Amino acid sequence: MKADTITAWFDERLAISSAAKVARKKEVPIHRHTIWYYFGGMTLFLFTVQVVTGILLLLYYRPSAENAFESVQFIMTEVQFGWLIRSVHSWSANLLIATLFVHMFSVFFMRAYRKPREVTWVTGVLLMFIALGFGFSGYLLPWNKLSFFATKVGTEIAGVIPVIGKPVLKFLRGGEDVTGATLTRFFGFHVAVLPAITTVLIAIHLLLVQLHGMSVPPKYEGKDLRRMKFFPNFFMRDLVGWILAVGVLAALAALFPWELGEKADAFAPAPAGIRPEWYFLFMFETLKLIPPKILGFDGEVIGILAFAAGGLVWLLVPFIDRANGEQKRRKIFILFGLVVVLYIVVMTLVGYLK
Amino acid sequence: MNQRSIQSQACGASEEPRGFSLIRAIKCVAVIGLALLVPFFTHGAASAEKKDSCVECHSQMADAAPAIAAPVEQMKGDVHSSHGFSCVDCHGGDAGADDMTEAMSRAKGFVGKPEPKAVPAFCGKCHSNAEQMKKFAPALRIDQEREYRTSVHGKLLEQGDRNVATCISCHGSHGVRAVNDPLSAVYPLNVAETCSKCHANADYMKSYNIEHDQYEKYKSSVHAKALYEKQDLSAPTCNDCHGNHGAAPPGIASVSNVCGQCHARQSTLFAQSPHKAAFDAVGFGECIECHSNHDIAQPSDEMIGVGEKSVCILCHDAREDNKGYVAARQMRARMDELAASIKSASDILTKAERAGMEVSRPKFELNEARDALTHARVLIHSFSTDEVEKVIKPGLDIAAKGESAGLAALDEWSYRRKGLAASLFFILFLAALVYLKVRQIENKQRGSNG
Repeated sequence: MKADTITAWFDERLAISSAAKVARKKEVPIHRHTIWYYFGGMTLFLFTVQVVTGILLLLYYRPSAENAFESVQFIMTEVQFGWLIRSVHSWSANLLIATLFVHMFSVFFMRAYRKPREVTWVTGVLLMFIALGFGFSGYLLPWNKLSFFATKVGTEIAGVIPVIGKPVLKFLRGGEDVTGATLTRFFGFHVAVLPAITTVLIAIHLLLVQLHGMSVPPKYEGKDLRRMKFFPNFFMRDLVGWILAVGVLAALAALFPWELGEKADAFAPAPAGIRPEWYFLFMFETLKLIPPKILGFDGEVIGILAFAAGGLVWLLVPFIDRANGEQKRRKIFILFGLVVVLYIVVMTLVGYLK
Repeated sequence: MNQRSIQSQACGASEEPRGFSLIRAIKCVAVIGLALLVPFFTHGAASAEKKDSCVECHSQMADAAPAIAAPVEQMKGDVHSSHGFSCVDCHGGDAGADDMTEAMSRAKGFVGKPEPKAVPAFCGKCHSNAEQMKKFAPALRIDQEREYRTSVHGKLLEQGDRNVATCISCHGSHGVRAVNDPLSAVYPLNVAETCSKCHANADYMKSYNIEHDQYEKYKSSVHAKALYEKQDLSAPTCNDCHGNHGAAPPGIASVSNVCGQCHARQSTLFAQSPHKAAFDAVGFGECIECHSNHDIAQPSDEMIGVGEKSVCILCHDAREDNKGYVAARQMRARMDELAASIKSASDILTKAERAGMEVSRPKFELNEARDALTHARVLIHSFSTDEVEKVIKPGLDIAAKGESAGLAALDEWSYRRKGLAASLFFILFLAALVYLKVRQIENKQRGSNG
């Protein structure tokens, strides 16, 4: 009786029952490709893991060139379960990027960005860029040798962009070189700027997903598909995946704790085999393979501009793909997606096998 | 009229009233400009006139007498030539004269090719002259000639031996290069080979009744390895121990001083040890008695103690009442103990690191134990077990700390795996429960729909 009164009190003020009604109404279509629907939720779950473990790391992490490495070392050796939190944070970041890519490409191949979901796609791609920014900024935070030089190389690449390159380089580094100022800056991006943007984008992204419901692949459009309730059926299946993800993260953290390496030293020679995180590797390898001069222009500049153009095309995919009912144009788009996936996979492998 | 007076007159610095005048200013600038240009043109004219009949004649004799023409070519890379010196600056004579007799006239100071005995003074004309040397190489010493006369070479030369080394034997005569020029015969990497030209020549050395295997022995030494393999130019070669110009074998009493130039701590410890008096009493050559002289090998812990390769047992009998024998055994045992502890700690830490554990701090701290072992290896030159113990004990403590850190890391690793197994069990159990619950719900839904 008392519980009902409390529920009523909250419902009157927060309209919980209306929200629950909407949630109860939400359904997920069942077809051959339903499995791909789970990857968005998985990415969101891993993002939540990042937020929680990130906040815990913040309790001990000190963002300065003098203290960063030592504080991470302290987390890894002295703090109770600090090793677990840091390793889970690092592993989860990588798994998040992987599930994000799977989610994004599944949306692409199922053409789920079709009208009226164009903005959902745009916010998703922007979230992907933000996730890469999280990866790039977070990589430097332990202030170890490898991350120091990788950041140096990474920001140098940004500096090559014509006109805006130099100011961008200075803005990213907080000066001419990668120093303690860069670390503090990256820390600011990592824990304040990027999370703020992400929160807004995720809110819009999720709201739009609720608004438009789950998209079905074009070939199932108009067909009478079986459906399952989002609550509790789909959500509980999601939950199974999340619980298993916790298991995978625990296993990775316990069996392969994230390495710390040696403290960064600006005066030390660059270590052999500097390479970025795996999700940047395909771009890094491409830039290495591009000849220094193409038709008299700087090859690296052309490469960077090509990637920037590629990113823009990817962002605007829903507005470019106007294939509606045309089978031929649809196939061309699928082929384009396959080429992109193949290119990323091959170049990443080339980077690793070298 | 000198330049200053020309300028002062042109600029009206006389009794004329002061005040601005454009014509006077132009006149002033023009005259100062001309005055400044005068020395430039006169110098140019003098340079154009400079003539060197030595080079002219000697270079023409390349076919007829190559040996006489050779110095002309050799001088092109010569350090003296690069400073603007020519033939007459050393050999005297008149390079401006066309006639050979006049050019090589004794009256004009021509000395020609000096006799070996005259060579030190010949070079010393400039090299012993501080006024002259500071114009070209202010940091260069000027006592080479004096030092040379104290050397075995110098003394034999004084006695009339024409075969001993003089300045030109090592530095060359024409084509002398600066000591820091890698092509110089006395550049650190080339010194031993230069000395060996005479000292490794059995026939040559026979008449002096000295050994000729020093170069061969030196090449196998730890010093030669540092010099040639690591290209460490600070590693000693012949002249660093024997002196360069005052070359002489160090006497028994000064061996420790020679080695002590670099190995200062060992030398001091030895001088304060009981071995100093004992070695002096029997005429032992301090350092070289254990380490040898030219073929000094990389020292190892095996040199100390009572083992087969120990140098201690060469003098100390294997008796329990022999204090030196007992001390040697004890020092070696403690050093071995420290080395074994460091290895054990290092192995455990490496194992923990390979397992993915963060042990960089204890690994770094273990370096202090390694430093202690190195220090102990120096302190054995005190031949005092107490002195050695002063560093062995802290070293052992550090190694023990490293080992326990490694073991703790391995324990933690094992704990994590067990923890993981337990967690995975619960995680999988929970996942299975949720999955079964979904199935149950779905079955119920199907039942109610059907």
